[in-house]
Order: sequence, then structure tokens, then C-alpha cells
Amino acid sequence: MSTLLQVKGLKTQFFTQDGVVNAVNSISFDLNEGETLGIVGESGCGKSVSVLSLMRLIPTPPGRIVGGEGWFQGRDLLSMDDEEIRSVRGNKIAMIFQDPMTSLNPVLTINQQVSEALELHLGMDKKQARKRSIELLELVRIPAAADRIDDYPHQFSGGMRQRVMIAMGLSCNPQLLIADEPTTALDVTIQAQITDLVKHLKEEIGMAVIWITHDLGVIAGLADRVNVMYAGYITESADVKDIYVDPRHPYTLGLLHSIPRLDAERKEKLTPIEGLPPDLIDMPPGCPFAPRCRYAIDRCLEENPTLESVGRGHTVACWVDVTGGKR
Amino acid sequence: MPENEILLEVKELKMWFPITQGIVFQRHIGDIKAVDGLSFFIRRGETLGLVGESGCGKSTTGRAILQLYRPTAGDVYFEGQNLCKLKGEPLRRMRRKMQMIFQDPYASLNPRMTVGDIVGEPLEVHNILKGKSLRERVMDLLEVVGLNRYFINRYPHEFSGGQRQRIGVARALAVQPDFIVCDEPISALDVSIQAQIINLLEELQAKFHLTYLFIAHDLSVVRHISDRVAVMYLGKIVELTTRKELYENPLHPYTQALLSAVPIPDPAVEAKRKRIILTGDVPSPANPPKGCHFHTRCGVKIAGTCDVTEPEFKDVGREHWVACYRVG
Repeated sequence: MSTLLQVKGLKTQFFTQDGVVNAVNSISFDLNEGETLGIVGESGCGKSVSVLSLMRLIPTPPGRIVGGEGWFQGRDLLSMDDEEIRSVRGNKIAMIFQDPMTSLNPVLTINQQVSEALELHLGMDKKQARKRSIELLELVRIPAAADRIDDYPHQFSGGMRQRVMIAMGLSCNPQLLIADEPTTALDVTIQAQITDLVKHLKEEIGMAVIWITHDLGVIAGLADRVNVMYAGYITESADVKDIYVDPRHPYTLGLLHSIPRLDAERKEKLTPIEGLPPDLIDMPPGCPFAPRCRYAIDRCLEENPTLESVGRGHTVACWVDVTGGKR
Repeated sequence: MPENEILLEVKELKMWFPITQGIVFQRHIGDIKAVDGLSFFIRRGETLGLVGESGCGKSTTGRAILQLYRPTAGDVYFEGQNLCKLKGEPLRRMRRKMQMIFQDPYASLNPRMTVGDIVGEPLEVHNILKGKSLRERVMDLLEVVGLNRYFINRYPHEFSGGQRQRIGVARALAVQPDFIVCDEPISALDVSIQAQIINLLEELQAKFHLTYLFIAHDLSVVRHISDRVAVMYLGKIVELTTRKELYENPLHPYTQALLSAVPIPDPAVEAKRKRIILTGDVPSPANPPKGCHFHTRCGVKIAGTCDVTEPEFKDVGREHWVACYRVG
């Protein structure tokens, strides 16, 4: 498998009245062709900002990408001019967003919205675009697609709107689909429909997927690899099996232990992660997780650890070996 | 206190919201049947989980029980008194015994009031305490929910989501209620904070002998916190049983689909699981399907039966009630 996307030292900051918000702090990761990467973290950990930076969709000002490279098919996304990035966006890299209620334009029909990318990127005329739009809606399993294509978004339910978003994302056969919490606003039975759909489409089309979520459960059945993010850093990166079976970062461990599992016997008490996430303007020196960490040693408060390999394809940013003993 | 004492009993509760047409003369053209005939009871000291998808009527049920909405029909007995028949001062006195914790800690606290005013308001409204003793009590309450007692003069915007939810819990506890409706109290919180609030609710339950109606859409959380669980679909309870029974032996096809849809954070388990993917969406409660409300999405429906008459909500033993023709 060859590398599709290589991110090196991506750093994004927001310059606000209160100070500089360190949203993404020099993160690096690779994504292979056809691979599904899960990015997990809580709100404000930089998971959305990191992919928005790659798509160059950060509002400037106040935001600015202050450093890093994002190599996609031999070209650096971060140094492209506006016209070049526009030819990639929605064409080779597509994105679907969290809230299907607000990411569709309420005054345009489904046909107008799905056709837009087809006409713009693939140069289709209206008739071709309409025909292809119907095919796309069928691909995402919208019943009676030909009859519903002239409907407006409000006539669709939440799950159906997310399907329309996916159809739009797929319209130009992207190599990479970025899904930013696509099922968070949906009910579990609809979430199961959407994750199942994406899994099938991935096999049919062979695209790579970056799936952003705060729910470790959702990506367990979806992802090949997982990056765990905290306070703008990648704290752990591993194959999906290792993250759940052999987690090495105290934060990953904390997340896994703090959620009740549907299939596990009831424990007397949950083990929460105490405290609050740090203020991204006034970051503590050392490891950002140290103030909440049960394993923290003196060194953690002074020096921020970098990602080190602890096994095949498994990297962790932590001074302590949580499996016992110091590294 | 006797074991198994029934604190709250709900009988054939209905909450319909009228749909009207016209501006001056509002003609009544239909009803949204948000809650359509619920019967269940809650024992003192237990937690009843109420689960279902958005729009199934679980929050409306909670509010109708507390008489925040006056139910269209049915009875709610709290310690033997029918709340639906009470009004004015007697109802107000009953309200002391029942409180609510809301979903959104950002919307449920008045941004212009200090924490002291927010938590102290129920004490003032019910003429329980005043002045210095009120302040003392509020400070104690803040400590009970794990906040610093000197936060009393701060405003809600100075707190994070989890801390705000703790303020909401302190407010609910202020009047020393017996019964609390927890309406999705952790859904708006971050994963690492959710466990803090769940643990707090459990500690308080043990300490003050509270009874909870715990409304949630997250089946994993409900499994953790509840003694018994009721599953709602489109205004009706389709299944109600003990936690163990529900998760080990779900009988209603909707419960089975719902449980299979919950992702489990373990790739090995996920790979082996068989998912029941429901097709379509929840129908509109303004025009629910005839017969069993679930028949339009059900994989095992019996044509000519399920789509004609509604199944009875019946006891199948082991404290297990279910409304399905396929069962029993």
C-alpha cells in the first residue's frame, strides 16, 4: 500500500483577543490508500481543526496555519494557491460534516446541491449531472431517488440528509473522504445505517477515510488505524486492535475505562478522568495531560514527551510505561 | 421504610399536543401524540431507565409526570396522591418532592444569576430558608456535588459543562426531594466528564435515598445506572424489565435492533457482532401507523395482525412486560 496523505508538523493557531490558542501543535501522521483512520478526542482537542487545516478551511483571521506540510499525491496541500486547493477540495478530497441539518442549503433542491460539484469539477452539463445525481442518491440507498431529487432538504429526515451529504462527497470519486463526526447528531439506529453504508461504499469505491469522532465505540468497527488526540497533540497512534487491547497512553486508558460498555458486566463504579481539559491559551509546561494523569511523575510536569514507538506501528507520547515500570 | 414500596405510579398517561390551523380562529386539525398511553411504576430508591430515540416521547413523559405539562389523560400517583387532580397550593407543595435535572447545562442556568441565586431559588420559592441560613445551606449543597463552597458568588459562564451540570444537580437537591427526573443529564458532556457526573448521581442516590427516572438515549449508560429499563418507541413503552433481563434476553424486535446498533469499543467484538439494521425512519407521531407502531420497520411482522390491531402490553413473567405479537 502506498501513502496517500502525509502530514508533517502541522501547527495551527488562533490569534484571539485573549491570547494565542494553540489548537493543533505540530502533529504528524500518514494515511495509506484505501485505509480508514479514526481520529478520537474530546471537544476542543484539535481533531476538526487539524483536518480543516489540511483542507485550508480555517477562517483567517483569527486562525492561521503557522507551520507544517500536508503531502497529498505528491503535492503539498498547505503551500498550494487558492485555485489549486479548490481543484482538490470536493474533488479528490471530500468532506462530510457533523450536522446534516445545517450543512445543506435549505433554499436549494437536492438536485441543485448534488449537481454543483459535478458541473464544477467534472464539467458535466445539467442533464448529465442530474442523471449522475440520481445514481449517487441510489448509491447511498435513498429510496425512490428519481422522485425525491427535486425535494428540498427540509423534506428529508436527519439520516437521509446525511446520506445526501455522503452522496455529494462521493460525486467526484474522491481518493479521500473526511467525515467529521458524521453520526454524532443522529440516533443509534440511524448511526448504524450510516456506518454500515460508509463501510460498504469504501469497499465498492476503494477510497481512504478519515473518521473523526469522540466515541471510541463507533470507530472500533470501522477504522484500521486510530489517532488519539488531546489538547492539540496526538498522544497515541496505533492499529485499531492495539488501541483497545493494548492502550499505552494514560488518556486512552482513561477514556476506555470511563465509559460503560454495553456488553460488560456492571461495575460498581466508573473510573472517571478527574479534572478538566487544559486551557489552550495557557498551556501547562510539560505534558498537557499531566495535571489529570494518575501515572504522572515529576518529569511529566516539566518536559512534554514526543511520540515514541512502542511496537509495530504503535506510537505513544508518554514518559511512563503504563504496563508497569519506567521506560 | 418498607422494601418495594411504590413511590410513583403512572396509569394510561397521555400527552397530546394539538395541531391547529388558522391565525385568528385556530381550528384543531389533529394531535401530536407524543405520549400515548403509558403505564408503569417506580419503586422507592430505584432507578428506572427510560430509553428511546429522539422524538419518541421520553422527555415529554418526564415533564408530564412532574406536571410541567398537564397530561391530556391518565393518572400519575405520587405517594398515593393523584398529581393530575391537584392544582394550586397542594400541587406546589408536592413539587418540593420532585425535581428535575436538565440535559443542556448551558441553557438550563440563567446567565444573569449567581450560583448562589440559582441553587438557592427553590429554597426561597418554597419558603424553606432565608438570609444567612439559606447561604449556608447553598454552600453545603455546592460541597455535596463536589464544587468549592466559595463558588457561590460566581456566574454560570465561569464554569465548564461538567461543573455547570453539578450546579444543576445542586439546585435539584436543594429542596431535599424524593424523586428526580434526570433528562439526559450527561448527553451534552464530554466523554471524560460523563463518568464524573454518573458517579456523582450514584453517590447522591445512596446518600439521600433518591429515586430516579433516568432518561437517556445511550443504552450503555442506562445499563450502568438503572435497576429496571423501559424502552419507548413513538409514544409507547414497547418493553419494560429488569436491567439483566433486558440486556440478556431482549424480546421486542425494536429493543433487539436498538441493542445491536450500539457500538462496542472493542474491534474483536465488533467484527463478530451481527447487526440488525433497521430500514427507514421513525414515523411522525402526528400520524402514527395503525396497529403496532413499529410494524413499518419491523423485520418479523405478521401481516394482517401487526398492522391492524395494537399488541397488548403484557407480563411475560420475571418482571418482564412486552408489547409484541411474536412474544408469549
